[in-house]
Amino acid sequence: MDLDTIIQVLDSTIRLSTPLLLACLAGLFSERAGIFDIGLEGKMLFSAFFSAAIAFTTGSVWLGLLAGMVASIALSAIHGLASITFRGNQLISGVALNFLASGLTVLVAQDWFRQGGRTPTLEGGARFEAITLPFAESLRGVPVLGPIYADLISGHSILVYVAFAMVPLTWWVLFRTRFGLRLRAVGEAPEAVDTAGVSVVGLRFAAVAICGALCGLAGAYLATGLQAGFVKEMTAGRGYIALAALIFAKWRPWYALVACLLFGLLQAIALRYQNIDLGAFVVPVQFMDALPYILTVVILAGFVGKAIPPRAGGEPYVKER
Amino acid sequence: MAPDDREETMTQPAIELKGISKAFGPVQANRDISIRVMPGTIHGIIGENGAGKSTLMSILYGFYKADAGEIFINGKKTEIPDSQAAIAAGIGMVFQHFKLVQNFTVLENVILGAEEGQLLKTSLSKARGVLKQLAEDYALRVDPDALIENLSVGHQQRVEILKALYRQADILILDEPTGVLTPAEADHLFRILEGLRDQGKTIILITHKLREIMEITDTVSVMRRGEMTATVKTSETSPEELAELMVGRKVLLHVDKKPAQPGKPVLEIENLRHVDSWGVERLKGISLSVRAGEILGIAGVSGNGQSELLHVLGGMTTATGTIRVNGQEIDLTGQHSDGQSRRARGIAHVPEDRHHEGLILPYTAWENLVFGYHRDPAIQKGWLMDNAGIKAEAAKKMERFDVRPPNPNLAARNFSGGNQQKIVLAREIERDPDILLVGQPTRGVDIGAIEFIHKEIIRLRDKGKAILLVSVELDEILSLSDRIAVMFDGRIMGERLPAETDQTELGLLMAGVTEKPDKPLIEAVDEQLKAKAQREARNNV
Repeated sequence: MDLDTIIQVLDSTIRLSTPLLLACLAGLFSERAGIFDIGLEGKMLFSAFFSAAIAFTTGSVWLGLLAGMVASIALSAIHGLASITFRGNQLISGVALNFLASGLTVLVAQDWFRQGGRTPTLEGGARFEAITLPFAESLRGVPVLGPIYADLISGHSILVYVAFAMVPLTWWVLFRTRFGLRLRAVGEAPEAVDTAGVSVVGLRFAAVAICGALCGLAGAYLATGLQAGFVKEMTAGRGYIALAALIFAKWRPWYALVACLLFGLLQAIALRYQNIDLGAFVVPVQFMDALPYILTVVILAGFVGKAIPPRAGGEPYVKER
Repeated sequence: MAPDDREETMTQPAIELKGISKAFGPVQANRDISIRVMPGTIHGIIGENGAGKSTLMSILYGFYKADAGEIFINGKKTEIPDSQAAIAAGIGMVFQHFKLVQNFTVLENVILGAEEGQLLKTSLSKARGVLKQLAEDYALRVDPDALIENLSVGHQQRVEILKALYRQADILILDEPTGVLTPAEADHLFRILEGLRDQGKTIILITHKLREIMEITDTVSVMRRGEMTATVKTSETSPEELAELMVGRKVLLHVDKKPAQPGKPVLEIENLRHVDSWGVERLKGISLSVRAGEILGIAGVSGNGQSELLHVLGGMTTATGTIRVNGQEIDLTGQHSDGQSRRARGIAHVPEDRHHEGLILPYTAWENLVFGYHRDPAIQKGWLMDNAGIKAEAAKKMERFDVRPPNPNLAARNFSGGNQQKIVLAREIERDPDILLVGQPTRGVDIGAIEFIHKEIIRLRDKGKAILLVSVELDEILSLSDRIAVMFDGRIMGERLPAETDQTELGLLMAGVTEKPDKPLIEAVDEQLKAKAQREARNNV
């Protein structure tokens, strides 16, 4: 395997990791605040459709992004209303939203564009274009580092850079700011937050809103960056893989980056090497395609050591005497 | 009976409540309550469970809104709609169940909700300084960088007090603060509270333990059924008078019992070991024996293996070692090691956790009264259970055990704590077992029921039964037991006779100190507890 191939696979890894990473960090904010969110998938799908639809209609990818985030935050608000205000079951609310998004996107797409539940292909200003970083071309000649900079680091859309910048930002917000301290506290011991005179409901809604915004970015990237338009079920379980990555990462931002890159790498390998010939036998493409999902099951089954979720996670907060 | 000495009327009360009422549905939790708490005093509020103490304090801390009444802080009428307002008014509260974030450091817990600015850095360094000062002023020493989950319960409580002081509370409310402490830790807490009072802080101590009221308070208010029945100076009252005010009638504070007439050993335990699902050894070679007609009390701070001992004996988990009942060995790991087999061998079990292990809360009283013995052929009618017969039997048992209301069709969760416990006791005792295992028989039970439960346990002993009593209440252990074994860290630290020991000696044993330490008592005990907490923290990784 030469350097070019490696760079191509890693380049693809970065692209495929981006939606996972955004969704994973979205889940991190929500779950750190004690609200389990199985609806990452649905929010991404919602955002993917609305961002593509608005981007196509207006010709502006930025308006599309905005629409995607608004749509995703709207679903978050419903999740918050059900699980925070009305203290409903968070898993059921999340599953319901996933079904809602899955059905509604196709229905609206069909009614709107009449193309079998997809949006028309996006072109030009309706898509996020790759950004060429400064000196990418002039440094290409430098051995090893040149191609890495020019082909691997440079040449992604803005949302990719946003996603990777979100990792240190998330860490900083969680562990260095007052908001982060309170957010982590509300997921561990909401009664401590409540008796300290801080609103549990307010904090949790804030966390859910951030989750919605990040899922919005993830969905918009899928439809307007990674691909050119919305197709039915285009998230393909990425919301669930992001949840698995979150558990794998034990709810920590830097670990989330590592976990998402790993899943991204698996997807990239599956995409590039359809049948892998090991001499004695051939690993079929179906197995490679299934690998990220198999790994998800393995991780969720607890093969990666003990992952302790936030103590108050999944529990609606009820004031007690 | 409000004290109205000249000097007290001259200073403003730190807190004055006027005509506070609060109802939860049909239940009147507080009825027209008025109370004045003088600054710089320790004011006790005593009452049975459900008397409305906690509700009253929750109103003062802004957790509930009173239906009627006014609150005055330092003479100024104050509205307290939420905890934020209470904190602003200088009120701090230490709850019975600590409100701490377990995986945060002490510092992070202290600043939570009282941060300065958006970034943590300045708040943390400021808090570090303030904590150092507070540690010097009030002997409230805690490592600011320790994680809460690694601290002993006594230290966690100090963090709660520090939280309140950091928010510049002048009025400190403590709700049942000693329930989770060893006697030595409780003593240390009292010294801290006295120090705070001497610095001019006002302290409200909610408790149901008369001894604490007599030991530390200046003034005491008694609550009964949502009403304030009296406020008296502690120096002018007696435990007997307070108990009568609490219950509304005379109660026996010490248990009346004849000396035990022990027979042959009924329950013999040798080198019992148990390893829990985390791989931690919880019982490290326990050897005990209980004779017929005797009560063996197991004292200890909760979490030192008492629960596991009861679980093994009751057939809820497995162990290695030997247990003999009436001379015959019983199965500890095989198919005859379950609760059903234990009952068949004459072992009855009143579990520590009444809500999860003793009762099925949504089931009715009569169902609960037969549970565990429902396979008894005597109550079967062919293929079915003889429900009518069981119900009639249940009604009789409820009457004999004075369960109120005596309605067998009521769900177990609708009975008060004391009556729930009586249901469990009635079920186990009425089967006439050879051995009775009793865990925390009076936890969360009011004084009237405590008296009844104690009498029943003694009555069973006098019938020649062997009784193993586990309790974290030293008073209970001392007054009921004929022999006391102290557990610490999965081991028996020693056995004592109640007449030849006292709270101090038992307290030392409970903290794992077997010899007189050269250091001051408090420090020695603290060190032991810290070492234990660290061991557990390591074990839990």
